[in-house]
This record gives sequence, C-alpha cells and structure tokens, in this order.
Amino acid sequence: MRYLPLDASEREAMLTRIGVPDIDALFADIPPEYRIEGLLDMPLAMSEMAVERAMTAMARRSVAAGSAPFFLGAGAYRRHIPASVDHLIQRSEFLTSYTPYQPEIAQGTLQVLFEFQTQVAALTGMEVANASMYDGSTACGEAMLMAHRLTRRGKAVLSGGVHPHYAEVAATLAHMADEKITRLPPDVVACEDIAAAIDDETSCVIVQSPDFFGNPRDLSTIAAAAHARGAQVIAVFTDPVALGAVRSPGEMDADIAVGEGQGLGNALNFGGPYLGLFATRMKNVRQMPGRLAGETVDAEGRRSFVLTLSTREQHIRRERATSNICTNSGLCALAFSIHLTLLGERGLRRLAEINHANAVQLADRLSSIRGVEVLNTHFFNEFTVRTPRPSVDLIEALARRGVIGGLPVSRLLPDAGLDDCVIVASTEVNTDDDRAAYAKALSECL
Amino acid sequence: MNKQGRPTRPEDVAAKARATFTGNRALDIEEALIFETGRFDATGVDLDDPAPFQSRLGPHAREGALNLPGLTEPEALRHYVRLSRDNYSIDAGIYPLGSCTMKHNPRLNERIARLPGFADVHPLQPVSTAQGALAVIDALAKALMTMTGMSAVAMPPKAGAHGELCGMMAIKAAIEARGERETRRVVLVPDSAHGTNPATAALIGFSVRPVPAGEDGNVSVEAVKSALAPDVAAIMLTNPNTCGLFERQIAGIAEALHGAGAYFYCDGANFNAIVGKTRPGDLGVDAMHINLHKTFSTPHGGGGPGAGPVALSSRLAPYAPVPFVAREGDELNLVEHAEGTASFGRMSAFHGQMGMFVRALSFILSHGADGLRQASEDAVLSANYVRACLNDVMSAPFGDRPCMHEALFDDRWLKDTGLTTLDFAKAMIDEGYHPMTVYFPLIVHGAMLIEPTESESKAGLDLFIMTLRYLAFAVKAGDRERLLSAPVFAPRRRLDETRAARQPVLRWTRPAPA
Repeated sequence: MRYLPLDASEREAMLTRIGVPDIDALFADIPPEYRIEGLLDMPLAMSEMAVERAMTAMARRSVAAGSAPFFLGAGAYRRHIPASVDHLIQRSEFLTSYTPYQPEIAQGTLQVLFEFQTQVAALTGMEVANASMYDGSTACGEAMLMAHRLTRRGKAVLSGGVHPHYAEVAATLAHMADEKITRLPPDVVACEDIAAAIDDETSCVIVQSPDFFGNPRDLSTIAAAAHARGAQVIAVFTDPVALGAVRSPGEMDADIAVGEGQGLGNALNFGGPYLGLFATRMKNVRQMPGRLAGETVDAEGRRSFVLTLSTREQHIRRERATSNICTNSGLCALAFSIHLTLLGERGLRRLAEINHANAVQLADRLSSIRGVEVLNTHFFNEFTVRTPRPSVDLIEALARRGVIGGLPVSRLLPDAGLDDCVIVASTEVNTDDDRAAYAKALSECL
Repeated sequence: MNKQGRPTRPEDVAAKARATFTGNRALDIEEALIFETGRFDATGVDLDDPAPFQSRLGPHAREGALNLPGLTEPEALRHYVRLSRDNYSIDAGIYPLGSCTMKHNPRLNERIARLPGFADVHPLQPVSTAQGALAVIDALAKALMTMTGMSAVAMPPKAGAHGELCGMMAIKAAIEARGERETRRVVLVPDSAHGTNPATAALIGFSVRPVPAGEDGNVSVEAVKSALAPDVAAIMLTNPNTCGLFERQIAGIAEALHGAGAYFYCDGANFNAIVGKTRPGDLGVDAMHINLHKTFSTPHGGGGPGAGPVALSSRLAPYAPVPFVAREGDELNLVEHAEGTASFGRMSAFHGQMGMFVRALSFILSHGADGLRQASEDAVLSANYVRACLNDVMSAPFGDRPCMHEALFDDRWLKDTGLTTLDFAKAMIDEGYHPMTVYFPLIVHGAMLIEPTESESKAGLDLFIMTLRYLAFAVKAGDRERLLSAPVFAPRRRLDETRAARQPVLRWTRPAPA
C-alpha cells in the first residue's frame, strides 16, 4: 500500500522490540467478542490510477457551473479566483500544518491570521475580527449566542430577509438551548417593521444586507431602535464582495457582523468547506467565540504572533467556554486573505462594480421579457424576479436548455407563497453572451 | 578551503552566529505585514472596465475608504511563500500531536477535489445537475456505516466539535420525543475528556457531571453506574480514550446507560486506532463523530477546515439533521426540510463539507478494506514502539500496558530537575521536530501525548526516538540550559504570551506619526 512505509520485516522487528508475539496482542483490550476480522463489505486497496478513474466518473455526473451560463447565488457565489491563490494554499507548509499551538514554528500561519483579522475588520467596518468560523450560517448562530451572553437575555428577532438556512440554524440552536426566537415572515421587498418586534427581552436583532432577496438595507434606523431597548444588532452578509460596494455593518452601527467569506478565494465546492467571518466591537472581544491571533514579542524582542485570549475557549474553560468551537477554516481563510490581498482596495472596488454592472444589465434584459418582473428597487449583484411559471419547474426547464437560472425561492421557503419567484445572481464571470442565452431560454420557457 | 580560498572547515569558521543588518537569517526572512508594504492603489488582479450602466445601489453605496492594501502578483507570491517557510508541516517531518492524527495527506486527493464536477458545483443547483456530488455523499456515508457498524450517518457537521453538537442535539430530540426533556438535563463527562465535550453539552443547556477515571486510565462500569440517575441524558466518552487506551469496559458502560434510559455519545477523535478492528455500533454506541481530517487525512490546513460526520444508532437515526440524501429509483434526492420528519432540523447552510468528503472517499478507496485495517495496526504498532523505546528514560503513567495509537508519558521523570514538559517540547523544536501534544489529557501531570500515526517509516521513528533519548539524557546529565533556552534555532524564540493576552493587539493599526 503506497501510503504505508512499514514492511513486514520491520513490523516483525518492532513487535519484537515491544515484546509481544503478534499485532493482536496490542489490541488485547478490545474484548474478543467485539473484534472483527476486517471490513468485509468493502473493496480492497486501489491504485492511484484506479481511484482517479472511479472518482472522475462520479464527478462527470454533475454539471459544472463553469460549463453553463450560470446565475445562481443565494449564499454561494461563483468567482474568478486568481491562479496564484490555489498555488499558494497548496504549499505544504500551509496545507499540511496544524493549528499554530507551537508559535515558534508556526509564524506563517499566525501572521496570515493576523492579517486576515485586520482585513475582515476593515471590510466589515468593525474593530476586531476572529480567525474564522465554519461558515456564515454557523457564525450567525454563534453571534446570536454571544448577544445572549452580552445582554443576559434570551430572545432573538430575525428579519424575514435573512437567508432561510441561516435562520433555520439559529432556530435549531435556540430550540435546543431553551431560548426564544421570533422569525419575521419572508420579506421580499424589504418593507417589514423590525423595530416593532423588539421588546425588553430582546437580546439581538439579526438582519441581512444585502438580504436573501438581494435588497441592500439600511441598518442604522434598526440599530437605533435596538440600542434604545438594550438589544444588539447582528448584521449578516453572504457575499464579501458586496462590501466593496454597499455600506458596511460598522458604518450602520451594527454590534456584530457575520457573514460568508466563500465569495473570495474559495470555490463553490457544493456548499463546503467555506469560511465564516465574524467581527465585533473591541469592548465585546472577551465574549467572542473562535480563535484569535494577537501580536506580541519573542525572547529577543522581535514582533511575533500567537493565539491569544484562549481563556474564552473550550480547551481551557470547558463548560464555561464562549463556544465549543475548536477547528476553524484556516485554509479557506488563507485563500480569502490572498485573494483580497491580490485585489487590494482598488481591485475589490472594481470587482464589486463589475458584479453590480453585470447584475443591472441582466435585470434590464430579463425585465424586458413579457411577464417577467424584477421586484427589487435596489440591489447589488442579486435580485428577485417574478414570472408567470412556477419557479421550480421553470428552473428545471432552463437547466434542460443548459442554463442555470437561479434559485426557486420555494426550494428553501416551500410555504411562503413565493412559488413564482426566482433569486438571480450575476458575478464577474458572466458575459454578455451568457445574459443573452439566459434571456433567450427564459422567453422560450414562459 | 573552497575555490576562493575561504575557510570551510568547522574549526576555521567563527563559531558564533552574529546579528545581521536585516534581522534575516539566510533562508529565514523577516516579512513585513501587507499593511506595511501594500498600497491602496496596487492590485494583482486586472479587471476590465464595466460597460456603462445606471447604478441600482440607491442610498446604500459605500462611500469611505476601506483601507485594504493590495499587492501585485509577484509581491503577493513572495509574501506568502516567505511566510509559509516559517511553518512546520507534516510534509516536512513527523508531527506527533496526540489526539490530532497528523498523517500523510495524499496529493491525489487534492487533485480529485479540484475536478470541476466536485469543486465547481453550486449547492443549490437543481439536484438533477448534481447527481455526482450526491453520489459522493451517499458512498462516503455507506463506507462510514460499514466501518462503524451503525445505522445512519449525518453528514452536515463541519468539524469534530460540530459533530458533537449534532450528536447531542439528536440525543436531546430523542429525549424530547420521549417526553423527558425537562427531566434529563445532565450529561456525564469523564475528567479526561476533550474540552469540546463539556463545552458542547453546556451549549445546548445540559449541565455536566464529571466521572473520574480509574487508576488504570479507564472509566469503569461502577463509576458510570454511581453517576447515573434519572436526570442523566447521556455520557460523552472518548474511545480509545485520551490516555491512548481502549475503554475495556465500554460494552458494560453502554449496557448500564441504556438500562437507565440514557444515550451513549462516543467522541470518535481516536477512531484511527480501531478502523477494521472493532465497530463502535457493536459496542453499544448511539452516536459518534468521525473527524475526516484525522482518520481519513483531509489536510489540516493550519487549523481547518475539518469535517465531522456523525454515525448514529437506529435509536437516534430518525432525529438526524437535514439535509440528507435519499435514493429514489436510480436518482438521488436531497431531503432539505425537517417538517413532517423527526429530524431535529438544520445545523448549517447547505449540505456539509463536500471538499472534505471527496478527499476522504478518495483516501478510503485508495486504502480499501485491507489498507484501512493495516493503517490502524501500523498506527498502534508505531505508538507502542515509541512507548517501548522511551519507557526506560521517560515515565509512563500506566506502566507497561500496551497503548492504542498514542503513547502517553507524564513528567515524573523531570521531577527535581526544575524542567517542565514545555521545556522538553521546546527542545524538540531545536532538534527539528514538532512537539507532541502537551498538558493534555488534564488528568495526567505534565502530559506528553505522542501520536506517530501509520505514516512514519521505521527509520524515521528510530531517529525520532533517538532524539528524544538524547534529550532525556541531557536532562539527566543536568544540561538544563539546552532546554530552558530552547528554541534557539526556530524562526522565533519563546513568545511573551502574557503580554499578548493582557494588552491584546488583534489587528494592525497605523502607527501614530512620530
């Protein structure tokens, strides 16, 4: 077996050195009646070529996003990722290292995390960010729990513009932890009155901008209402590139900003691994979940970086920790950070502008088709359209014509009465030909 | 002498390292932060001007500066390559972190994970266009069921601790279905457990009742029985446990729990020791997470991403989270909504760590039934070899008892030397090795937990063992300075961790003008 260096004679010599007659002696603690002879239902070892052949055959059974005009977003975005990003994250020293618990031989990872934290803080307009969470949805759930700790209250109010998966994750956590949650009904055109749902038990208001349906939202007035009642505002976003164009959570007075970072540096990967971004105000840092890299000096006085404030974390604080999280999304955070470094302020601004321009052009094209209505007044790179045909059916029909046309809202919100709505996204990868193909296929399907 | 007549013999060269003007030490380059070298107008990505358009951002446009520096591509390459060279990695040497299973990461798996049919598939594409992705989830789940002997596998959890949360939420849902949610609010956790276990239990409103381990490092049926009461929902027990030992009484513990109406959550962090040797399902486990990044070698990536699918017994399978894959004739479908099922709901967006699933499945296919069993045997053999070869110079808390895939030592052998486990670990760095896990498990004083995995050659193990023996001899010979000052040769000396925590600097800020 190509991955196992020991050979039979070496195994024999090692057993002799240990002083046992055979390998079974080392498994003597397993009661005999529970030992098995092997994994009888599984095939035997395969060569590299054979595995590649088998896995490639599976891969061919899916339609790759890049092979079709592709307009699906809703929390995961197809981006052009510079070639150097994937090259760099595959360097052994990044790919095959562990959590930097021995900082003297892990400054590479630690400095990257420090830079990542600074970038996320700048992007979100917040003061401090952690070294990443699993993904946007779990970061949102952790933010809710953090707000409960900060306010010593146990009720969250969720806007109807929050991504349904994120809302369901928060609802699951709340149900399990015996805490309350108020979910406002799906809010396609951002007209809900969130302030009216806030009371003196409310620990936090969770609002997404741009929201699930593509509407950018002004959180400032919501923040004023929440703060007046002693509640925190958690701002959610699902595409980091949006923050190159729309107002940041920090500017709008949010207390915690959480979001999905996949849209920079990371491929679609059918939903994971992604990375959660998590930022807040410095005064809240000791209630923040997740790892943090901090600056210090070494014994020779040189600037160095180290994991810090770990008394918040499970390996020290156990049941009194701020979270049970241990693993983060280190490599995804590295990809995010490299992509953002390559873009810089100028590149991010330009990238956001192109995303917006492509979405505007698409919206103009689609709304000129008879029966198609764009519901958003304002949007960044994603918007909701209403068509005369049930949307699940429509999207399948478009797929048969080779176009991935967006998300039928009813796939995630089956009971919302939005069966005729589709959420459509456009990023920099879409061309004018893609838009033309979409418009043509859509006219044919209606 | 070399060709230029300069001295090259050691005795002719000035022995003492001197300070350099730059702070660099040859290949070890001091690298500034991107915020110090980058410019706001520099970019490594060329983007075309968009065609003219009318903005639809309305009043929501971001006006102010973002303060994000950019680097051109050559500058960025150099920055990250230089930083990478300050890291230790499994590709460069043994990484014997107990509990972490740092084994070889096959590069085939990286290639396969990047196939467009896996990497470039959106989680919300019509399922008719994502059949290959669902097939991977289905095949991996089936393989994990075979290895664990359990009824179902919940695939969504994104890491080990997330898997714990998944298993404990399934247990809570099952207890709720029995109408005992209000009464069963206690989770038993041995004092040797990973910190994630009590943290997970507390996160969803359980209180934690500790169970002591015995002198032999095992939890006994009697200890569990005396902690059991009608208020107990479950136990969270690691097997093989954090001392590197198989829990000999595990089946009896399971029986006692089930008899008292409680569930058995098994922390599967150490599954690498027993794949193909025994099946947790047969032992009475109700839920167990499997760290794909440990047992099945998806790269650790400097601290993630991981993946933590949870195997469930038939008693808990109905409560598994959404989504899950269901076969409908020749097609695979996704069940994405909990309504109308017993599922406890959703615990993350989308469908789990697909990129890790692909790598893990590729690892499993490569090894096959024979290779997986051999890997577990080699991991256990290597750990016992390390244990046997160091037992005379270090001290093992459980004597000559064979271990599973981790060899545990304590610090009794350092007694009266004024040296600590940490000093020993830092001295290993100077010798070119990543240290073992230190000060864990908490129940062993000054613990040193060595997990060589199956990936090391015998020659590599022998060198590693010899190095630790030299260091142990240095301790015994009173060469304290070697350990106290270590590391000397690493990119950094020991760090001031107190300062980092007392005056936290968690982001770069522009220095005030002088």
